[in-house]
Amino acid sequence: MEKLLIAISFGLFLIIIYLVFRTTTLISLISKGEIKENIDSSNQLNAVMMIVFLVGGMGLIFWYSNRASEHFLPESASVHGDWIDQLFWITMYITGFVFVITQGLLFYFSYRYRYRPGRKAFFYPYNNKLEITWTIVPTITFIVMFIAGLSSWNKITSKAPDNAVVIEIVGQQFNWNVRYPGEDGTLGEHDYKLIDAVNNLGLDFTDRASFDDFTALQLHIPKGKPVLLKIRAKDVIHSVYIPHFRLKMDAVPGMMTRFHFVAKYSTQEMRQKLGNPDFNFEMACAEVCGRGHFAMRFIVVVEEEEDFNEWYKNQESWLSKNPEYLSVVPDELKELAKKKAKGDEESTPGSTASLLENIYF
Amino acid sequence: MSVQNINQKPDEHSVVSDEHHEDSFITKYIFSTDHKMIAKQYLVTGIMWAVIGGLLSLLFRLQLGFPESNMNWLEPLLGDWIQNGKIDPEFYLALVTMHGTIMVFFVLTAGLSGTFSNFLIPLQIGARDMASGFMNMLSYWLFFVAGVIMFLSMFIETGPAAGGWTVYPPLSVLPQAISGSGLGMTLWLISMVFFIASTLMGGINYITTIINLRTRGMSFKKLPLTIWALFFTAILGLLTFPVLFAATLLLIFDRSFGTSFYLSDIYIAGEALSNVGGSPILYQHLFWFLGHPEVYIAILPAFGIVSEVIATNARKPIFGYLAMVGTMFVITFLSITVWAHHMFVSGMNPFLGSIFMLASFIIAVPSSVKVFNWLTTLWRGNIHFTPAMLFAIGMVSFFIAGGVTGLFVANSAIDIQLHDTYFIVAHFHLVMGSASFFGFLTGVYHWFPKMFGRMMHRGLGHLHFWLTFAGVYLVFFPMHYIGMAGFPRRYYSFTGFEVFRTFVDLNAFISIAAFITFGAQIIFLFNFFYSMYRGRLAPANPWRSNTLEWTTPRFPGHGNWPGEIPKVYRWAYDYSKPGAQEDFIPQTIPFSQTPESNLPEETKLVSEGLPEVVGEDLQSKLKEKGK
Repeated sequence: MEKLLIAISFGLFLIIIYLVFRTTTLISLISKGEIKENIDSSNQLNAVMMIVFLVGGMGLIFWYSNRASEHFLPESASVHGDWIDQLFWITMYITGFVFVITQGLLFYFSYRYRYRPGRKAFFYPYNNKLEITWTIVPTITFIVMFIAGLSSWNKITSKAPDNAVVIEIVGQQFNWNVRYPGEDGTLGEHDYKLIDAVNNLGLDFTDRASFDDFTALQLHIPKGKPVLLKIRAKDVIHSVYIPHFRLKMDAVPGMMTRFHFVAKYSTQEMRQKLGNPDFNFEMACAEVCGRGHFAMRFIVVVEEEEDFNEWYKNQESWLSKNPEYLSVVPDELKELAKKKAKGDEESTPGSTASLLENIYF
Repeated sequence: MSVQNINQKPDEHSVVSDEHHEDSFITKYIFSTDHKMIAKQYLVTGIMWAVIGGLLSLLFRLQLGFPESNMNWLEPLLGDWIQNGKIDPEFYLALVTMHGTIMVFFVLTAGLSGTFSNFLIPLQIGARDMASGFMNMLSYWLFFVAGVIMFLSMFIETGPAAGGWTVYPPLSVLPQAISGSGLGMTLWLISMVFFIASTLMGGINYITTIINLRTRGMSFKKLPLTIWALFFTAILGLLTFPVLFAATLLLIFDRSFGTSFYLSDIYIAGEALSNVGGSPILYQHLFWFLGHPEVYIAILPAFGIVSEVIATNARKPIFGYLAMVGTMFVITFLSITVWAHHMFVSGMNPFLGSIFMLASFIIAVPSSVKVFNWLTTLWRGNIHFTPAMLFAIGMVSFFIAGGVTGLFVANSAIDIQLHDTYFIVAHFHLVMGSASFFGFLTGVYHWFPKMFGRMMHRGLGHLHFWLTFAGVYLVFFPMHYIGMAGFPRRYYSFTGFEVFRTFVDLNAFISIAAFITFGAQIIFLFNFFYSMYRGRLAPANPWRSNTLEWTTPRFPGHGNWPGEIPKVYRWAYDYSKPGAQEDFIPQTIPFSQTPESNLPEETKLVSEGLPEVVGEDLQSKLKEKGK
């Protein structure tokens, strides 16, 4: 019934449009009996509509922007996120000003200089000084914006600090995998040809650094410490996107991409800050990757450093969870592999915390 | 010939047919070599594609706006693509892919440039036809074939291409990755090969015609801005489309012949592929080398059309003609240098990001100058709100709105957050999609009388404008808010993420606005086809315009002008010249006939008998005399 009513309404709308069209055509024929000049009463109406649209449109923009402002950008939870936000708002103020002025002039001129009988337009083909001025002013503005952007960009994309916690993220249809380097602080080698149903990341157990690597079902990171994400993909291009961290970097098969950042708030702190006890940092995929592209949600847990260290220390290595893969470890490394997989290698320093200080990229 | 004579009244008997041979139905309407007929073929085909592309967008807006609603009623149309009352997620990707491809290539490139390059170039430069009528015809039919192949790809079992209009590999290479990477993708690539061949043929013809076939007196300094715009568009297409051709060719090789230009280290569908050494980033560089200039291929013709229509209807010379030409040249050049700003987060070297950020900021300068010049052209004008003028003003408004957001995405640091979100969708739909489309509609309303010899209905044109103008803003402006919140583009559903769930109502609002905006286009379609046959007869020069096409008969035949092609004596923007009897002086009026309005240097030329010397630039002639 609802659909029928919609169809009828649509039909009536078309009929009304047609009748308006016929009526105006007939009126024009009766009133003049010949083709009219360019100008008729609609000119005045359109001029007025320009002002109505300007005032209405600007009003709507300001009203809604004010109403929705708290949702504009998600709360920044990383150090570089603050730089990006600052740039964003500076750009917003500059462009917002230009937007209001230019749109205002466009609609105001359209109204103000509407056709009036007997008036002649102003013959004004050029003014070199004016044109040079409005070439130079935007140029200077853009250069300033460029320099500000470049400064932030260089800092964001600089080499990760030596003490950064290294985490590998691997995208696949339609899931994320994370791998930590374990107690030795070094991610083991991998080879896509070694991937099978269990060894999902193609860990290479001829490399001793792989023995203590572990995976996790959530991305755990410490608050206030630099984190370096080493990003790759197994099948097609994905893109690691964590909106609250202002973090986005493509995951590309056949190459490693990187992004480093420092988280400002723990998950708990964000929950309190937002007044939302269910809040979680979320990681999404920003590059179209197939059917389940929209569903690649992954939880990011930000913890106080001590909590993170505790969590890190308690993780079981991938090899210890999958002991059958000891068979692919070279014979001379089997003993070492067993020890490292269990986390009781003699050379292991005392605490995870001190270890993390020595993780190098 | 006086100025007043130009303002001809409509008269059925004024229709002069100068066709030099009898055409059959097929040679006149199908395999025509007349540039005007080919332009109409492009126009009608472009409109058809716009309707199809628009309908596809309505389908995915249904899903996005009303994710919980039951869409079983679409099953008779979509068949298996509707599962449990919902659009299949993979088909959703196919919809956005086809929408993007159709709108960018078939509507904004072929529909816009194809129509107006074909129609205006010979008419505005004073030529009988294109340099090669046959190649011109071939270019349309290659475009048509490309369209047929693309259209057919929508009806195959595995669905059309579904990796986004950018068709990034490996998604577009591996049939295992997505069903839309099978036959649908192959057809997409074949279609693009035909399309690129068509575009290159057209472009070569346009450039050759403009350089070689200008009438006497039509120096480059006297070219209307539409011609300059179409000239730069053709050059840009000629420089960049071959790169896309190369990219698609390599893609075909990777898909079919086991090469690894774009593939390396891939494990998919339980199998490690043998491809090594390639890079998906290589494809992105090649694609965006065309992909970014493509934005300007779509909008440059709109720049020209809008400049022409604003000057005509404000009854003022276009402000800063040389600057308008210069900015188009600079944009053409710079647009080839900014492609990698689409790749800030692709893993490309960050230093390259810095370089491309700089270039992206620089290209905003000529764009700003254009806006200021249009505003100054309106200033102290005597504005006639024809439907074309309304759409031209709308185009400038969209260009401002979409242009300013370009500064956000030009900034690589900000782009980290905004890349691939709805902020980008909003940005390019305003600056490229809507502004270009409004340029297209501006051109249709303005030149309809010359195309079909009849007038479109003014009232319906006004109604069409206001509904579409408001509708486009209501659709695309709110997308900025969603994008700022981080909502990624090409998402089938967003409710799974808490961070993206904020604007559920706004998404529904956008969808409703999209339906209304599309509905408003029915008014245009009715007006267009009705007026084509039943519209009032048009005067030869209904807008009292200066350019050459309005000196042809009401409905020009093959060859455009009966008898001799008129000479050109002045630029195209002598509107409201002080002292002139009328507020326009066509390009064909010698200065000797307008002594009351001549500028001092023009008076001097008249006294020296120079204005009648055509084919040479008056300024340089003046300098020569002064020596």
